[in-house]
Amino acid sequence: MSEIKKFLYVNRKAPYGTIYALESLEVVLIGAAFDQDVSLAFLDDGVFQLLKKQDTAGIGVKNFSPTFRALGDYDVTKFYVEQESLTERGLTADDLMDITYEDEDDDYEEKPSIRVVNRDEMAAIMGDQDVVLSF
Amino acid sequence: MKFGIVVSEGPYTHQASDTAYHFVKAALAAGHEVPRVFFYHDGVNVGTRLSIPPQDERNIQKNWTALGQEHGIDLVICIAAAQRRGLLDENEASRQGKDANNIAEGFRISGLGQLIEMGIQTDRLMTFGD
Amino acid sequence: MSTLHTVNKSPFATTTLASCLNHALEGDAILLIEDGVYGGVVGTELAKALAAAKGVSLYVLSGDLTARGIDTARLVKGMKPIDYAGFVALATEHDRAQAWL
Repeated sequence: MSEIKKFLYVNRKAPYGTIYALESLEVVLIGAAFDQDVSLAFLDDGVFQLLKKQDTAGIGVKNFSPTFRALGDYDVTKFYVEQESLTERGLTADDLMDITYEDEDDDYEEKPSIRVVNRDEMAAIMGDQDVVLSF
Repeated sequence: MKFGIVVSEGPYTHQASDTAYHFVKAALAAGHEVPRVFFYHDGVNVGTRLSIPPQDERNIQKNWTALGQEHGIDLVICIAAAQRRGLLDENEASRQGKDANNIAEGFRISGLGQLIEMGIQTDRLMTFGD
Repeated sequence: MSTLHTVNKSPFATTTLASCLNHALEGDAILLIEDGVYGGVVGTELAKALAAAKGVSLYVLSGDLTARGIDTARLVKGMKPIDYAGFVALATEHDRAQAWL
């Protein structure tokens, strides 16, 4: 159990219409306790999970988007969001929630967890993992 | 080589649990190890003993139970996903005050940590879903 | 270091195959399974993109293909039909597997 592996959670589905986004987040939360090198990828419809101003009062479903902002406390600090997926959907990084973490290696400075990457960079990130969990 | 398997869709509606089953059989036949299969999302429904498919159709649950018992595969059903969908073992049923349980022989209910542990301890993690 | 990508969706229903193609790297393999096998047939826009994927090997799960009544003669050039044993072998030959769900 001492070996550290690179885990990538690939999120390609929108929230609420199906349960995948929520149950993916539940795996991330549990997985955080295992001290692995964790990254989250958001591409295709997965980018919709990170939109600001989600309000689920009208559909009677729990709004789980605030949980993303808590992940920094669990040392989950790498949220890779694909630029092309945003652009295709008429979105920019400004449409996404502010998700930050305190960098313990840099005097606990607050830093953004979301890193917008282009498609080639996303492909390289995917190709640099030990375990890829797809949702 | 050690394979970890994730099944993330329910039986019959999706082909995922069938494809996973055939993959696991082929892996074992080739001399590989499959220590654990983790059932997540609607995949937990593979583990109900109450399904009654028509006689001339495959019985997905029974196939998994048999394969698991023959090869000592740990068939794990995610507890969080199972509770949402009404899949219970005896302990959970009594703990939650439910009047019945429905888990099939050879399956067990446990936490998501088993999925992460499988990712850490196996050489390849294969996901079958939709 | 390379990846085995699996695609199980028809490209006429979702953009999954296109997305997989956009992220496959040289040396990777793409295996079409389940409804994904419909993406392996020639004469479509996607087939052109598949054929243009440089350095990516293409495979299709033969059981899924024959189940759906598709003759291997209709497959994109260079796409190899394999059985479940071949699927297992591919998984061992690559460093990781990524399912495009």
